[in-house]
Amino acid sequence: MSEQLYTELQWLPRPPEDFSKRCRALRESGGEVGREIRALASFALDENKLVKLANSIESLRPSPNYLRPLIPFRLGIVSNATSHFMVPALTATAARYGIALECIEANYGQVMQEALAPDSMINRARADAVLVAIDYRGLALNAPLGDSAAADTVLAAAIDELRAIRDALRKNSGASCIFQTLARPVEATFGSLDLALPGTSRNVIDLFNRALATTLAGKEDLLLDVGGLAETVGLSAWHDANLWNIGKIPFANCFLPIYADLTCRLIAALRGKSRRCLVLDLDNTLWGGVIGDDGLEGIVLGQGDPSGEAHLEIQRAALVLRERGIVLAVSSKNNDETARLPFQKHPEMLLRENHLAVFQANWNDKATNIRAIAAELSLGLESFVFLDDNPAERRLVRDMLPDVAVPELPDDPALFVRTLLAAGYFEAIAYSPEDQKRADFYQDNARRVALQRATGDLDAYLATLNMTITFQPFDEVGRARIAQLISKSNQFNLTTRRYSEAQVAEIEADPSCLTLQVRLVDTFGDNGMISVVICRQDAAVWQIDTWLMSCRVLGRRVEQAVLQELLIHARALGITRIIGTYRPTERNRLVEDHYSKLGFTECERLADGSTVWGLDVGDWTEVSLPMKVVRIGDTAPVG
Amino acid sequence: MQDPILTGLTSVFREVFDDDELVLKPEMTADDVDGWDSLAHIRLILSVQKAFGIKFSPVEMNRLKNVGDLIALTKDKQGQGVAR
Repeated sequence: MSEQLYTELQWLPRPPEDFSKRCRALRESGGEVGREIRALASFALDENKLVKLANSIESLRPSPNYLRPLIPFRLGIVSNATSHFMVPALTATAARYGIALECIEANYGQVMQEALAPDSMINRARADAVLVAIDYRGLALNAPLGDSAAADTVLAAAIDELRAIRDALRKNSGASCIFQTLARPVEATFGSLDLALPGTSRNVIDLFNRALATTLAGKEDLLLDVGGLAETVGLSAWHDANLWNIGKIPFANCFLPIYADLTCRLIAALRGKSRRCLVLDLDNTLWGGVIGDDGLEGIVLGQGDPSGEAHLEIQRAALVLRERGIVLAVSSKNNDETARLPFQKHPEMLLRENHLAVFQANWNDKATNIRAIAAELSLGLESFVFLDDNPAERRLVRDMLPDVAVPELPDDPALFVRTLLAAGYFEAIAYSPEDQKRADFYQDNARRVALQRATGDLDAYLATLNMTITFQPFDEVGRARIAQLISKSNQFNLTTRRYSEAQVAEIEADPSCLTLQVRLVDTFGDNGMISVVICRQDAAVWQIDTWLMSCRVLGRRVEQAVLQELLIHARALGITRIIGTYRPTERNRLVEDHYSKLGFTECERLADGSTVWGLDVGDWTEVSLPMKVVRIGDTAPVG
Repeated sequence: MQDPILTGLTSVFREVFDDDELVLKPEMTADDVDGWDSLAHIRLILSVQKAFGIKFSPVEMNRLKNVGDLIALTKDKQGQGVAR
């Protein structure tokens, strides 16, 4: 593997035979074709194919609805070189990221004029961003050799020029800028001395790139590291003297697809479309061999073996991604226990179970598993990247879940990491302390969803959630939501009695009824109203008429907290006994044992299958719960 | 049998100008083909170079007046490649 990884976008599948036909078909479709455009853009397209697809997109431009669900983005382009050849490449590549890109080109070489004139084409276009595609020939960077003060002046002037462009564009059009670092020319003045000697192009451009990054970083403007790309693929290949001489084309055409991809990643990141979760296969991806066949001793992983080190490198890369906020998950065709073995027992494993937000090892197809992971993390499929050595699995996921990014991989595991990272799925335009915590956040969120299955020290975990539970009698503000929960809750609903909003108002006004609306806030946010209880008083006894709860907060000990609240009220009001009934339906098996779990004793089994349970208020002693309690409303007793 | 260079050039032209019906004739020029502007011309030349693994100099490119010239130059260059 060499620069072809980048020039040929080797992480993308090869275009099919009928690519041209499908491009042309777009023009005649007469309907919404954004998904098909995106599918076509997601192949490894060379310049000619990018042009074909872009031509089809342009032909649909008069009917913008046809481009849905691609989201529109207007990109101005100012350049000291021929930018026209970039336009089709950018337009087609943007669709790969779900964006319907429209480019507005300034006239050739008119960077400053376009920025300064309020009525220039760029400023009138109201672009979302302006790509300032200037290469080293477009800035006055010549400095006398050996004179560092003079070099500094030249450098400051170049940065000032960009700043002036930026300020003018912002003032006149409101657009932010995308600035490019410079790909330095390869021709040296002295040789190795160039790096040290002020005034050489090597020296000045290095300083310029650094200054550009520090001046613009963290501002509204974005940095496109073209210099870095050119170094990655090879500066001598990047600069094509003939193309510049013939057509003022600033870099070799073969790099156009990757240049466009790099630019569109940035735009996608700006629109929040970067990927957020990496789903990893296990066998022959995280380690060599098959754990189910080869066993713990047989799998290849770790120092001393070239392929073992390659797999270790993949784990290391995953951990680095996690550190910067990318959520990790596992999808493997294995028995759960077998699949977890290396994570628990293999001494060379870098990845451990606590690094993974979701662990899916079963015999389902991987598309189903990825869907389950997405549901558990509450992330859209567009947020996912799936890494698997097996071409069949990759194809299946790509076919079933086109929104998931599935990089093609070479056979050699030593090249997995480079390929994955070359694809730029996780491009970011900023990095904040919150990002560092994001993987933990999603992981905890997933754990929260999975709590019903969780074992171990639940209370210790729950304590980390910083839950605050709020109790309040029914009131006018909550009434609509109370009625909605009463009419819709099926699973965690002891009696499934349905009341209209008017009936809820009656209950609210009835002095013999005790009512509770319960809300829960935790470290992840506000869960809103999650439980409703109605008790009807009969002498010194309460009948629990209604008790329902949102399944989202299962396993959080909310039921215990609600019961405790009822008991506090009961004691304050002189109630001696609480009676609860479970009325079975098709949907509420979940709460069959609800009262028994809470310490009620069964007193009666009715003909319709209902069970009646009782608890003496005097038997109860207060327990400590992993949440803070807040009471609102005038009937609240002293707790 | 068809001339392999003509076949190869035809498929390059079809790909570059997105026209599967395009048939090459020696007297053909940019005026005869839809979309053959100066940028497409560069794309065409680069695609030909890539398809045949050959390189044209700017002087050679400038001398090209029609498709016939391009066919001849390609043959010439490929011949050199084989001879070497």
